[in-house]
Amino acid sequence: MTEQGSGLVQVRGVDKVFTRGSERIHVLGGLDLTVPEGEFLALMGPSGSGKSTLLNLIGGLDRPTKGTVAVAGQRIDNLSDRNLAAWRARHVGLVFQFYNLMPVLSAERNVELPLLLTKLNKKARHQHVETALSVVGLQERSRHYPRQLSGGEQQRVGIARAIVTDPTLLLCDEPTGDLDRKSSDGILELLTTLNRVQGKTIVMVTHDPHAAACATRTLHLDKGRLSMEAAA
Amino acid sequence: MKYLGLIWSNLKRKKLRTILTVLSILVAFVLFGYLAALRMAFNQGVEVVGLDRLVVRHKVSIIQLLPESYEIKMERIQGVEDATFATWFGGNYKDPRNFFAKMPVKHEEFLEMFPEYLLTDEERRAWLDTRTGAIVGRATADRFGWKVGDRIPIEPDIWRLKDSEGAWEFDLVGIYDGAEKGTDTTSFFFRQDYFHESRRYGEGQVGWYWVKISEPERASEIAALIDQEFANSPAETKTEPEGAFAQGFANQAGNVGFILTAILGAVFFTILLVVGNTMAQAVRERTRELGTLKALGFTHRAVSALVLAESLVIALLGGLAGLGLAWIQITAGGDPSGGMLPFFYFAPRDLLIGVALALMLGVVAGLWPASQAQRLQIAEAMRR
Ligand SMILES: Nc1ncnc2c1ncn2[C@@H]1O[C@H](COP(=O)(O)OP(=O)(O)OP(=O)(O)O)[C@@H](O)[C@H]1O
Ligand SMILES: [Mg+2]
Repeated sequence: MTEQGSGLVQVRGVDKVFTRGSERIHVLGGLDLTVPEGEFLALMGPSGSGKSTLLNLIGGLDRPTKGTVAVAGQRIDNLSDRNLAAWRARHVGLVFQFYNLMPVLSAERNVELPLLLTKLNKKARHQHVETALSVVGLQERSRHYPRQLSGGEQQRVGIARAIVTDPTLLLCDEPTGDLDRKSSDGILELLTTLNRVQGKTIVMVTHDPHAAACATRTLHLDKGRLSMEAAA
Repeated sequence: MKYLGLIWSNLKRKKLRTILTVLSILVAFVLFGYLAALRMAFNQGVEVVGLDRLVVRHKVSIIQLLPESYEIKMERIQGVEDATFATWFGGNYKDPRNFFAKMPVKHEEFLEMFPEYLLTDEERRAWLDTRTGAIVGRATADRFGWKVGDRIPIEPDIWRLKDSEGAWEFDLVGIYDGAEKGTDTTSFFFRQDYFHESRRYGEGQVGWYWVKISEPERASEIAALIDQEFANSPAETKTEPEGAFAQGFANQAGNVGFILTAILGAVFFTILLVVGNTMAQAVRERTRELGTLKALGFTHRAVSALVLAESLVIALLGGLAGLGLAWIQITAGGDPSGGMLPFFYFAPRDLLIGVALALMLGVVAGLWPASQAQRLQIAEAMRR
């Protein structure tokens, strides 16, 4: 499974080693991964296997120790911090397990955050925010603060924030990990819609087979390697 | 500007903490305002005096008197344009707490040598015509509600009248204004001829001389010439520029400038720690949020700028409020000592220094927390 040349995301021969004091932790070793455009990929694997680490490398939140990461034909592993930040703002939408909303900002102001980095004026930003909030079905709650929203609603705000800049790639780290069944289903339905209807490429880390079932493909990460099958 | 909302929201996160921090800054800046005004009060006399005037006093101390005959001798010295004398009268108007300086002067020479005291022509003429006439500065006139034509009784404590234990009486013929904001308008001047013929003792003796010189750059040379002239006489002299003389007066209250600066230094150091601590705490609490901002595409520098801006906003809020409050109180309340400190006001220059201090406080206090925020690695921050 080395579809050279094609694929929105191309991870090639990636090692990731963390050094904590004198201790070296080899998390990923010689890892290859290609994510074609329009795919909804689920990443599973035991805790500590490096799923979040891999997602961070794809999203440009961290750099590989060795190997290359390219998104939409552009190498991102060798960009400077500044350029990488600009790249993230343009190309990636991030959804986190614990939502990571700013508690001091209302839903709409949270969703607006990534737009502050663009040249859009206030009016245009407002329009984008409205659209994103209506996609996740929360335009009625735009003035509410995170603490006034349920977990599922907060995650919807998180998703609205991730899609408001219309990014190429949506990266979700256990987006339903903190939610009950009903709220999870709502979130998964939303992600599926974004993938099928809007054609968003999604990489989702999850522990939940039910969530993985929504994806078009599932890969398992274990001992630094990817495989189609869950390790027995 | 679009980030202002974000900064403001962060300040509202811990309202009580923000309010307490801003209040402590405010108090520090009110204090700054008062101390600046106080320092002005002690130094202004020094800053506004003429460079072309010397003061000649007795070598031993200012209380010691000098012979009246020195005037002509001084005026013969090359570079001296004019010399005129005055004496410290002391005395009380009704109550010893009603302090203001009272001095007999040679009125004509005096007005010529001190053009910064502004009288109308009519008032000048009235003073020439009235032996018991006196003039007083606007500040003191306002303080006691005096008008031209009033009879002012002064109870003597140094200079008794020849024929009575009672009060000296003066006729107020003029109220002078200062040519500049810093000009003293508290003093009370009356005629030396009336003083000399009415006093019980001290004949031929005066307090000190003012000497006007034509070339200010030769001041120290001329001062030396004057002191030489009277060397080895029973009343040797000490001649100084008027500024140094006034400074010496102020220094009797200790090295005021130094004390005030030291107090301010301590206060600002404390405030620096308070604000710095508030900001450091804010960054620590928000590690995850700052990491999230970076994940969304905010650069290291942008995030650290947000922290610095927050620190600046806190410092400016407290600083400007404090300076404003001090300014209002000092301007409305005026001299808190009731006349001892005629120059007690909040100078625009000190106001600017205050604003600069507030800015500096914000920057310095925010520097360390901002660099912490800058160094924060995303993956690390998000794991907490
Ligand atoms: N910044 C870091 N510094 C040191 N070690 C790290 C760092 N990030 C991750 N690790 C280590 O790398 C390994 C993989 O971590 P990672 O978070 O990617 O696992 P994960 O598969 O996402 O686990 P989970 O399912 O619990 O989220 C772990 O052993 C973790 O301790
Ligand atoms: Mg993880």
